[in-house]
Amino acid sequence: MKAVFLIALMAAVVGLQTMHERLEASTPAVIENLLYVRSPAAMTRMALSYDALLADLYWIRAVQHYGGTKLSTDPNKQYDLLYPLLDLTTSLDPRFNVAYYFGSTFLAEAPPGGPGRPDLAITLLEKGLRAQPDKWEFAQWIGFVHYWWRHDYAQAAAWFQSATEFPGAPFWLTQLAAVTLAEGGNRQSSRVLWQQVARTGVNEAFRSEAVRRLQQLDAMDQMDRLTEIVEAFRQRDGSVPGSWDDLGRAGYLRALPVDPSGVPYRLESGVVVLGRGSRMFPLPVEPQRLTP
Amino acid sequence: MMRTIGHVAINVFKESVRDKVLYNLVAFAVMLMGASYLIGQLTAGQDVKIIKDLGLAAIATFGLLIAVFIGIGLVWKEVERRSIYSLLSKPIGRREFILGKYAGLALTLLVNVVVMTAAMYLVLGYMDAQFTEQQKVSWAAPALDPGMLRAVALIVMQLLLVTAIALFFSTFSSPFLSAALTFGLWVIGHFNADLRNFETVVESPVAAGLARALYYVLPNFAAFDIKSQVVYALPLAPGYVAVTAAYGAIYIALLLTGAVLVFARRDFK
Repeated sequence: MKAVFLIALMAAVVGLQTMHERLEASTPAVIENLLYVRSPAAMTRMALSYDALLADLYWIRAVQHYGGTKLSTDPNKQYDLLYPLLDLTTSLDPRFNVAYYFGSTFLAEAPPGGPGRPDLAITLLEKGLRAQPDKWEFAQWIGFVHYWWRHDYAQAAAWFQSATEFPGAPFWLTQLAAVTLAEGGNRQSSRVLWQQVARTGVNEAFRSEAVRRLQQLDAMDQMDRLTEIVEAFRQRDGSVPGSWDDLGRAGYLRALPVDPSGVPYRLESGVVVLGRGSRMFPLPVEPQRLTP
Repeated sequence: MMRTIGHVAINVFKESVRDKVLYNLVAFAVMLMGASYLIGQLTAGQDVKIIKDLGLAAIATFGLLIAVFIGIGLVWKEVERRSIYSLLSKPIGRREFILGKYAGLALTLLVNVVVMTAAMYLVLGYMDAQFTEQQKVSWAAPALDPGMLRAVALIVMQLLLVTAIALFFSTFSSPFLSAALTFGLWVIGHFNADLRNFETVVESPVAAGLARALYYVLPNFAAFDIKSQVVYALPLAPGYVAVTAAYGAIYIALLLTGAVLVFARRDFK
């Protein structure tokens, strides 16, 4: 009898919770974008001996904040808590290396995929370098942010060069510094950069992202070639092709062109663009050459 | 004398089992297993580090709660229930009573920590099996790094010190006050470095001198915390664990002596 009573009460709780869920769904949502303690110094003191655990919690929150905002369809979405969360994470646990690497990538990513703050990405990495002054990877990554997101190839080369002077720095950094200085902005030098990340990235997720970036560069090469084909068709027929079929019938193409993620390219008024839902979207800003 | 202490200790341990104190082990195991399952979805590849952080922090926290809330009642309960009269009328000295109570709670804590550590290593072993050798290359330390036992050893030492503090206070004050004082000392003990550097923020030499004196006298709980170092497999200064353990042992001896002296003078009439 008692067991039945308990089960009935539990069922009532579950039922009310379901009703609550429905009521919440019909109530305008209030997005709680709050961070009560923003001061890393205050939080480090309050943490007592739980600094590492709190760093983990702030890291999970940073990942959730970035992922949730990135997936949000809100046109005014903001990543305003991202840097404070990463700052707290790395202050509570200054050796949380993944927070520096991933955090700087999140921060540097251009909108809508990120806040587009390479300056904060560099600030975070410089903080990592102050905490672990022998870590050449941070210097390399600062150079990387200058290269890829700020297109400042002179700064990038200078940071790659400084990374070579760290104990244990790999030999390829010297080559990277030289290539960046000589050919900064060249798509081929970008490829060299991402190939190094794909080989030496801190973890699987980082290496996968590097592979995706390399595929984006491949897609940009493919789109250039397709644009040349469209131009050749236009010069021969005097009008732009309406579809890939037109190019196929004219003997320019043998199959439907697809990007490295397997999604067909689209042809819009003679311009080659990525297909809807392609993993290659958004393509990076075309790097500018350092020298004409 | 040792035999009497042993009898009292065993009784304290049995009482804690009867009071279902060891149920916290189930909570610990469930929390760690649940976290290991969920965390992979949330942490961008930091699962093992986070389970280590969580496991070590939980061992310290569960132990701290047991040490404080049982420690403060060790003497008070006997006085409150008037069982102290029948106990002390037996061939048990007040010194044996205090030391036996302490040893019993220390045994309870030790059993707890041993089981929780084993559970943590089991969960880490399971997680270790989920990753390829290539994925493990980026880890700061192996999942089953035995070096973590150094942190566990100092957690045990810290808990024994907290127990001694709680027991000391419980010999002359109420449970509420004992708990407040013990927690207070535990918190202050994490700000030891600030007391040492007080002269950099105040101009008064007297205040700076007082802070410096407190720095040496108050228990330095921050010294027992090497969780981050073991999680990242960072080297510790040679002899660090031994010196810290010796510091804890001497402080415990000091507090137990104080507790025995206070209890010996206490009038139960």
